Amino acid sequence: MLTADSVPDALGAACGQVRPAGRGDAVAGVQPSFVAAPASVDEASAVMRAAAGLGLAVVPRGGGTRLGWGCPPGRCDLIVETRLMNAVIEHAAGDLVARIQAGVPVQHLSAVLGEAGQRLALDPPALRHGGTVGGLLATGVAGPLRLRYGTPRDLLIGITVVRADGVVTRSGGKVVKNVAGYDLGKLYAGSYGTLGLIAEAAFRLHPLPAAAAFVTLECAGPAAARSLLAAAVDSPLAPVAAELDRPGRDAPVRIGILLEGDRDGVAERAERMRRVLGAGAVVSPAPPPWWGQGAAACAEGTVIRIAFWAGELVPVLAATDAAAAAAGLDPAVSGSGAAGVIYVAVDAGAEPAAVARFVAALRSGISGSLASGNPASGSPASGSPASGNPASGNPASGNPASGDGASGAAGGGHHVRASAVVLHAPAEIRPAVDMWGPVPSPSLMRSVKDQFDPEHRMASGRFAGGI
Amino acid sequence: MTRLLIPRMTEICGPDGVVADPVQLRTYECDGLTSHRCSPGLVVLPQTAGQVAAIVRECARAGVPFVARGSGTGLSGGALPRADGVLIVTSRMRSIIMIDAASRRAIVEPGVTNLAVSKAAEPFGLFYAPDPSSQVICSVGGNVAENSGGAHCLKHGFTVHHVTGLEIVTPQGELTWLGDGTGAAPGYDLVGAFTGSEGTLGIVTKIVVKLTRLPESVTTLLAAFRAMGAGGSAVSAIIGAGILPGAIEMMDALAIEAAEAAVACRYPEGAGAVLIVELDGPESDVAAETAAVRAICEQAGAYEIRAAAGAAERAAIWAGRRSAFAAVGRISPAYIVQDGVVPRTALPQVLDRIAEMSAAAGIRVANVFHAGDGNLHPLVLFDDSIPEACAAAEVLSGAILDACIEHGGSITGEHGVGVDKARYLPKMFGADDLDTMQLLRCAFDPAGLCNPGKIFPTPRLCGEVPGVRTSPHPLVAAGQLDQF
Repeated sequence: MLTADSVPDALGAACGQVRPAGRGDAVAGVQPSFVAAPASVDEASAVMRAAAGLGLAVVPRGGGTRLGWGCPPGRCDLIVETRLMNAVIEHAAGDLVARIQAGVPVQHLSAVLGEAGQRLALDPPALRHGGTVGGLLATGVAGPLRLRYGTPRDLLIGITVVRADGVVTRSGGKVVKNVAGYDLGKLYAGSYGTLGLIAEAAFRLHPLPAAAAFVTLECAGPAAARSLLAAAVDSPLAPVAAELDRPGRDAPVRIGILLEGDRDGVAERAERMRRVLGAGAVVSPAPPPWWGQGAAACAEGTVIRIAFWAGELVPVLAATDAAAAAAGLDPAVSGSGAAGVIYVAVDAGAEPAAVARFVAALRSGISGSLASGNPASGSPASGSPASGNPASGNPASGNPASGDGASGAAGGGHHVRASAVVLHAPAEIRPAVDMWGPVPSPSLMRSVKDQFDPEHRMASGRFAGGI
Repeated sequence: MTRLLIPRMTEICGPDGVVADPVQLRTYECDGLTSHRCSPGLVVLPQTAGQVAAIVRECARAGVPFVARGSGTGLSGGALPRADGVLIVTSRMRSIIMIDAASRRAIVEPGVTNLAVSKAAEPFGLFYAPDPSSQVICSVGGNVAENSGGAHCLKHGFTVHHVTGLEIVTPQGELTWLGDGTGAAPGYDLVGAFTGSEGTLGIVTKIVVKLTRLPESVTTLLAAFRAMGAGGSAVSAIIGAGILPGAIEMMDALAIEAAEAAVACRYPEGAGAVLIVELDGPESDVAAETAAVRAICEQAGAYEIRAAAGAAERAAIWAGRRSAFAAVGRISPAYIVQDGVVPRTALPQVLDRIAEMSAAAGIRVANVFHAGDGNLHPLVLFDDSIPEACAAAEVLSGAILDACIEHGGSITGEHGVGVDKARYLPKMFGADDLDTMQLLRCAFDPAGLCNPGKIFPTPRLCGEVPGVRTSPHPLVAAGQLDQF
């Protein structure tokens, strides 16, 4: 155990709050030496400068609720935590914009915005209390509302980042509409701290809806679930979320549609949506217990996020089932079926080798064009209603390829353009699996990393493509 | 230098795909920002992504800069050619490769026009949401470069919210995919970073776009006010009531006068300001919101409110707004289109300030703007036959941007920086911010050949250390690289 005396002078001088790291500060099993908690952007800059001078490898930390996600860092000397950078700098309610420091807990932000009848329209499941806005941004997580509002990158309008060399840099601003300069916020969102320390962010906000209704139904199987989810989002009823949940391979698939708006409108639309879903559908003002668990479905086990073209839900589920059966596993599946993102949760007790086999088989089951780097392959123009004569398609029956399953995407190709990322896994499983899998344009991603963090000291090795 | 590339470019694109004749080259000397002109060294018109890659490889090998151009409707000179460079025009790459209605995605080539995507999607009950005013002719490739918006981006978002995958040719001439079309590909969000990079990170050759369900119901309201202030307070009250219309547009008396002269849109007599509010969504919600917006406008002092019944009446209301930029040509020999943004709540102060500056300078300014998101389009009118008038208009136009920045806004909401505003960018961002943006540039285009001279005022060369520029870069000294 290090003592306080071992904190290098340069680091101690940079920041009032530096201490030797304890066992609880380990990042996915990698033990850091120090923890610094700067209280301002200036202090954060000084800490990062000192770290650069000392050649320390840095991992940023918010609430630490998702610190175990991704790969273990190759090196970690210093944790820079944002908990003291916790000010809501500005909430311009009339502009529906808020500027906040990275260490603000998401729940605190929700409370502040809620007082003005507003929200940051992101609803990722909370793994534990204390998740911060910075962590939300760095991991790019989203919940059921992604169908309508997207992910953090879609609502981020400005960002302040402290670079690996300590330089404080901004992009974007505090207005919703702005195309001045490169939008580096897109790059930082979901970058797992590998490009710098997110210090402040500005977000576009939305009004809190006056009412919400959940319309739920238990379906016979994936094909029925897929066609009902499609019917829900194809309806004119403007659902903001369309989720599914299946606790095990042989369990029924539950679906839930969320409608938001003013009281009368929601009541009327919920009734219409109930009819769209058909017999057995139930309307409730409260979410079903399984709602939006997603990435939090199995905190101690392995959770895999599959992203796919929404029309291909059935083949994606079939590939998941086949891979699970071959590996002798029976994972739970849940998520935003209509938005093309679902989460597969494998119990903590599963054998590492079985999980590794499952992940590999799942990737090969859903792969195709992604592996060859071309999402458009396998989608010949012929057979598509858009080729030549758009009107020749048959809108009444939808796209010829929209039938569930076999024909896959438009054009009759059978490839699924999809990815499967292991968000988190128990320590004994991590070394056995390729956590991130293949990524598009890995060499460009490495170039970006090399430019922003040439010494590879920021969250090194935690990210996709070995970054 | 570019002449030496003609034989190889002809091999790649065929004889009808290369323009080298000086008279024909002049056709391409500017985009929608006609105040900046430069005849390109050479123009090529590829038909396939492979051809674009081959063209870029030739340019990279020869060290010749290249600029991509879609339909040439951009308003910041982003597609301004270079005399020493090749202009790569994507207008022959205009096929809609596929529409996957079940996944709500389309894959299109860069030369496809914005509106063509919506037309192709319409049989499926879908549309492509970003709707720049030039949507009839502007290209999706250009929209990606500029991160184009439009009147309806208040509710539906900008191009970047509707693009989930890009096939690009890198500045080295490699064909690669950014993203996989899902919108949730693992790794850095290079699709997001590329969108809005104004053609400086590569050339897009295929675009995966999101399609959106057509709304069940659309209502368009036109509210006339005696003064701008009343219209502005109506806007604040609508947003304050938690209503998110598809679009909220505003025009002042001078813009209305111009529109009447051009298209006889017959807006209410005596209006000092008109507000166009469009609500879209489920029928019951739209009905309730329409009633609420009407009441808010009346309370704010609207003396006439019209609601469009049907598509024809809606088109009539929009005709005045859509024609406004061009219409100003009827009341002024020349004008500058400005594109500043302020926080919505600062609109009244900034509009007052513009009026003061306009009066002080004796230069008329017509205001047409996306009021919902604070995106101003002041049109600064001048007579180009009078020497100094243009310069005076430029000064006023620049002062308007200063006012936007003072109020925490931006120098451009949707037209881009291009060549037009590169000099203003340092007013919004410090040297460290611009240097950091340059890191992204260097990751994609270390040689600086891809649309050089746009967005950034004299950036450092890749690899150069800040603040120690004591001698010319060796490549510049050797004549191998242009320092722009």
